[in-house]
Amino acid sequence: MYDSPLRKTEVEATDTKIVAKDVQVYYGETHAIKDVNIDILDKTVTAFIGPSGCGKSTFLRCLNRMNDTIDICRVQGLIAIDGQDIYDKRVDPVQLRAKVGMVFQKPNPFPKSIYDNVAYGPRIHGMAKNKAELDEIVEKALRRGAIWNEVKDRLQSPGTGLSGGQQQRLCIARAVATEPEVLLMDEPCSALDPIATAQVEELIDELRTNYSVVIVTHSMQQAARVSQKTAFFHLGNLVEYGETSKIFTNPVDPRTESYITGRIG
Amino acid sequence: MTDATHSGAAAPATGLLATDARTRRRNAAEKRFRAYGLAAIGTGLFFLVVLLGSILYNGVGAFQQTFINVPVYLDPERLDKTGTGDIAEIQKVSTFGYTPLVQEGLWAVVQEQGITTELADANDMKALLSPAGPAEIRDFVLANPDRIGETVEFRLLASSRVDGYLKGRVSREGIADDRNIAVEHLDLTDALRDAGVVHKGFNSAFIFGADASESRAEQAGLGVSMIGSFFMMLTVLLLALPIGVAASIYLEEFAPQNRITDIIEVNISNLAAVPSIVFGILGLAAFIQFAHLPQSAPLVGGLVLTLMTLPTIIISTRASLKAVPPSIRDAALGVGASKMQSVFHHVLPLAMPGILTGTIIGLAQALGETAPLLLIGMVGYIATNYPEGIAAGFMSPNSAMPAQIYEWAKRADPAYYERAWGGIIILLVFLLAMNVIAIVLRRKFERRW
Repeated sequence: MYDSPLRKTEVEATDTKIVAKDVQVYYGETHAIKDVNIDILDKTVTAFIGPSGCGKSTFLRCLNRMNDTIDICRVQGLIAIDGQDIYDKRVDPVQLRAKVGMVFQKPNPFPKSIYDNVAYGPRIHGMAKNKAELDEIVEKALRRGAIWNEVKDRLQSPGTGLSGGQQQRLCIARAVATEPEVLLMDEPCSALDPIATAQVEELIDELRTNYSVVIVTHSMQQAARVSQKTAFFHLGNLVEYGETSKIFTNPVDPRTESYITGRIG
Repeated sequence: MTDATHSGAAAPATGLLATDARTRRRNAAEKRFRAYGLAAIGTGLFFLVVLLGSILYNGVGAFQQTFINVPVYLDPERLDKTGTGDIAEIQKVSTFGYTPLVQEGLWAVVQEQGITTELADANDMKALLSPAGPAEIRDFVLANPDRIGETVEFRLLASSRVDGYLKGRVSREGIADDRNIAVEHLDLTDALRDAGVVHKGFNSAFIFGADASESRAEQAGLGVSMIGSFFMMLTVLLLALPIGVAASIYLEEFAPQNRITDIIEVNISNLAAVPSIVFGILGLAAFIQFAHLPQSAPLVGGLVLTLMTLPTIIISTRASLKAVPPSIRDAALGVGASKMQSVFHHVLPLAMPGILTGTIIGLAQALGETAPLLLIGMVGYIATNYPEGIAAGFMSPNSAMPAQIYEWAKRADPAYYERAWGGIIILLVFLLAMNVIAIVLRRKFERRW
């Protein structure tokens, strides 16, 4: 069951959401990302695969400028969302991150109630005028996170008391609560068991109807199951980028073939 | 290769039931180490018990004081010579004018009880009574001038020699060269104690009272210097907590990692190890000689102790900020919180228990600090008057608890020695209370993530 795609894999949308041109990333002296060019489509799940340390997470974190928090990290080249350069001096990273949500490898709910976890983003962005509106936003986000039915009776209990899979779906709900346009996921299932993973994967597929989702994963099966487009990174280079079905069945580059057949990695 | 051959030859195949020599040696080493550990803890506990035991043994006496019940006839002829009851006239009678009244009152008690003594008259009662008594009666008369002419029973302090005799500090053999008291006085004390006139009671004046001059050990209390310490701690808390926390948050969360921040970090760590007397001399130069703040003022003491406490608070605050998992910061930034929002909404509340504990431990350290106070004149100041109001509490000269204890320990009268130990008990109670508060706060604010 896990090896078959959940839904059809054809790319439906053709609108480009994110454009990256000649992106270089340096950590101090280390050249971590080399000459990456990629067009990420709207309302599509794009998977980044590749061996550990190949730069896929680094590149993902460039897309919402999370790398700004690392002092020694430098980014060159162009990354544009909807045609706007996100590294332009006029762009405030805080505003950008409200538009580009992120879900992390390890579920990291705030040590607060489930409600406050989800309501935090809308609160700081002033998205609700009153309590009723906020309640509505929280419910909508929790429904999108496919966790509403499990937590609706205990919204005031701590988010850290949920199981790992529930926590990760709570984090996804928290990320979608600010109405982002792009959702970045950095190995969202690596700390989860197979059942929780299946739930999150199903959720990712549903999120595709509203967002452009970019997911970094170590599991090639997962990439095959959830994504429509796949990018293969190796040693800081974007080796191959194309439709998922093509990458996994008929890769162009010999390195891609070696990786998906398990010879490098 | 050689290793493999060697070990292969040295370790003959043995069964699991027999321990080989190597394992036995390892086990013995572990056993020895455990014994060392137990011995070390045992030694520590032994010294702790000895310390606490000796403090209690020496200091408990200070909480008891000997009192004498004396009915005093408030003679109108001597207290109100004009007979008009005019308060200005009554005020003209100094404390010395009351002394004979007290002595005569006690002498009357002696005769009433039918105690035979070799002492001749009322003047000989002087050795039994504290010079603090007449002042107490004068205050009473000035407050109640209509009581003149009545006989009022007072509970007066006994002299420190009599107090020491009842507590076992003064012995009959030991007073051979003492001009303040003679064996006859001690005989009379015994008789008066049997009659219930001289008795020991709880000494609240030791806790709440003011310090007294060198010759009136029985009257000295820690109360005024306690207020001095309170205002110092208030200064430290109001300055060190905001400055320390702000500095730590900036260094830990916002400052770029470069040579300058490295230098600052190293220096903060070093400042924590600077001897406290250095801060004292800095305070003398900066606050008193340069800024012309008053000497011996709790404000200056508080400023000096703030300098001393800041590194402690900064180090503990930074440690607790570091202990907050980075995933929480990522989570906050990920939903679009600004750096400052992520720090104040998420990181700081999680670090709060650590910050509070560090602050209280820092305060406790400052509360017991004596050396820097030496240099700003708080040691040696005789704190005999309560400050009037809050401004005076900060600015008028005062002592502090550890300074007061040090001062008492220096004085010649052995009665002060007992009071120094008693002061240490009070100081330890304060430190214990602060540590308990730290633990309670920690428990209360502690959250899992």
